Amino acid sequence: MAERIAIIGIGFSPLEPATPACSFKELVFETAQKAYADASVRFDEIDSFVTCAEDFNEGISIFDEYTPDQLGAVQKPMHTLTQDGLHGIADALMQIRSGIAEIVAVEAHSKASNVQTPDWILDYALDPVYNRPLGFTPHAIAGLEMNRFLSRSGITGSQCAQVVVKNQRNARCNPLSAYPLDTDLAQVESSPYLAYPLREAELAKSADGCVVVVVANEAKARKAPSQPLWILGSGFATDSPTLESRDWSNAEYARLSARAAYRQAGIKSPHEVDFFEVDDTYAYKELQHLIALGLYDKPAKAGRAIEAGETRQDGKMPANVSGGALGMGLALEASGLYRVVELVLQLRGKAGERQLSRAKIGLAQSWRGVPTTSGAVVILGVEPPRG
Amino acid sequence: MAKRKVAVIGAGMTKFMHRALETPKELAWLAARSALAASELKLKQIDCVVLGSAPDAFDGVHMKSEYLADGCGAWRKPFLRCYVGGGTGVYAVAQAWFQVASGMFDTALVVCEEKMSTCQPHPQAAFLTIFDPITEQPLKPNLLWIFALEQTRYMETYGITVEQIARVSVKNKRNALNHPAAQLGAKLTVKEVLASEIMAWPVHRLMVSPTSDGAAAIVIAAEEVARRVTDKPIWIQGVGWCLDSAYWTNRDLAYPEYVEKAAWMAYRMAGVKEPRKEINIAEPYDPFAYKELHHLEGLQLAPKGQAPKLLADGVFERNGDLPVTPSGGLLGVGNPIAAAGMMKICELYWQLRGEAAKRQVPGKPERGVAQAWGDLMQVGTVVVMGTKKPE
Repeated sequence: MAERIAIIGIGFSPLEPATPACSFKELVFETAQKAYADASVRFDEIDSFVTCAEDFNEGISIFDEYTPDQLGAVQKPMHTLTQDGLHGIADALMQIRSGIAEIVAVEAHSKASNVQTPDWILDYALDPVYNRPLGFTPHAIAGLEMNRFLSRSGITGSQCAQVVVKNQRNARCNPLSAYPLDTDLAQVESSPYLAYPLREAELAKSADGCVVVVVANEAKARKAPSQPLWILGSGFATDSPTLESRDWSNAEYARLSARAAYRQAGIKSPHEVDFFEVDDTYAYKELQHLIALGLYDKPAKAGRAIEAGETRQDGKMPANVSGGALGMGLALEASGLYRVVELVLQLRGKAGERQLSRAKIGLAQSWRGVPTTSGAVVILGVEPPRG
Repeated sequence: MAKRKVAVIGAGMTKFMHRALETPKELAWLAARSALAASELKLKQIDCVVLGSAPDAFDGVHMKSEYLADGCGAWRKPFLRCYVGGGTGVYAVAQAWFQVASGMFDTALVVCEEKMSTCQPHPQAAFLTIFDPITEQPLKPNLLWIFALEQTRYMETYGITVEQIARVSVKNKRNALNHPAAQLGAKLTVKEVLASEIMAWPVHRLMVSPTSDGAAAIVIAAEEVARRVTDKPIWIQGVGWCLDSAYWTNRDLAYPEYVEKAAWMAYRMAGVKEPRKEINIAEPYDPFAYKELHHLEGLQLAPKGQAPKLLADGVFERNGDLPVTPSGGLLGVGNPIAAAGMMKICELYWQLRGEAAKRQVPGKPERGVAQAWGDLMQVGTVVVMGTKKPE
């Protein structure tokens, strides 16, 4: 039986459209202080540190140079992953299980407001030989994918638009949200097309924020003052990065990540999970990701479920009660960790007016955005894993 | 210490060169394929893929890991890219080691790739963006200048001469003549090195590694798999890494403490108590000639300030007491950043298996150490490998 690992502390800042009052270093420092206080560890008790960041988003090459000081990681094992924060949690878990660390801190942040030309930066993510010379906005990839997804699944554009309404309304109950809105369906459906059939209102807007998570082995977790939340499973996967050879209708990376995580968690049916926090960078992605997580036997049921309110806070399968990225804001590499923040708050029973009546097991899922096909899944539980 | 034993079971690399015609993806695949072929595993038997690659600015691709994924063989597999600047090539092995040692995966393909020639007119311009945007970038610093500072401090502290340092270039470029993938092998004298142009005193042109395109890869496996596929697994006995403060101006540049800490982390894991007696072969990071000596001291393989003397005495020659950089290193084989660190791991693998052909060091070495370094003179990454299974 694999060693039991838990999240023993978490620190986070509210997501904001811009944070001109502090640098990324100050943002990370303050958040790390909150996480270490929550875990009741001193920085020098932490064995290893992980930051998730991308050079071009930070505007600094070899960004990992600037990661140790504000985390208290100077002259310690510390490395960077150019992945989402959920990959960072999987990384921490593997370090601990290999026996080289007992406590690992994982950090990811977004200073998206510093990026003056985000779409130009994103353009640099396209294949430089085959795709970039064609001169299209990378969001068009999402438009193409949504078109394929709708035609294959039988889900309608209007059902996707309802994801925006649900998540932005949910965000009104979440004080961490940057974009809480009393949106209605007509507003979303009258918004102009970004790339047909994707509408502007269906794209999550970016925000600044930071999350630090402290992960520990069982011995340390048992001593932690805050309620430890057990990592029941984690998985990450990449599908084809090449536009010409990818599966345009299914989120294969999410299915593979979830399969690994369910297996580790001993979860036979996704219905054993009480609530989901999934990537909703574009509205249709929430439905596509829920399908990939295995919630519905037929893809079309995902559309009917949103219409019937099954994924609302009071529904049978709540999804993105936090408000998701559409309501809270999209936080670059920290996006996945904001899904974990909601898991922790719900599982600890501290989610305030959006607290779910049943929250024993939660699942967080991330995607790295266009043009990628990479994602990760983490499943957390109140009870330690069986066996 | 670790719960599972992990071994390297295959290695491969591309030729290191200036201006490769291959795309970055193709370079990654050439190295991945040759490592896979050497391990006699098929891609479908690989459980996860780890990529090491330095700044995105070189390849000019944002989210470079995503772009390179299928080139690395990561299609529909768990895949991630780890990153500690120039230290990445050796660190990637540590990353893959704990992924397998944790029990999460049984096999891993570790690929390191860099294509610097796409950065026009010279990748040095991309290095401007590694400095602090507020306190340092306005001074328009350059890597040669800060390493010249470090070299000066090293020479000043221990009374070392430029001639002593130039010997590293002579040795490594000569060793590289026997490496079929080398970019800059040469037969030189100390006089010729010192006659080359001064880039930033005391750094001469022939004391600097070139910019390169290339890739290198290994396959690692848990004990059960390794035993099944090879008679000669090369065990990963210890891994260590350590990142120092970004405020490099506050550090004494004479001695790399972060390399020492990373080395002891790896040595402790490997059960090495007296590195100078227990290490048979070393591949320290040598992007600049003085760095090899500086790193040998950090690795506890020479007393502080004494590495130049040991070099002059012939200790570090291929047939010396402690062969150092028998591959030819970054100075001779080339420096496609992360791939250069991985090339050192590949060299240890070949040397320890006795497959290094003309580069083979005599005396059947049993244990070697590879090390890389990077960021703002800030990170040390160390891997200890050997023919004996760790305790």
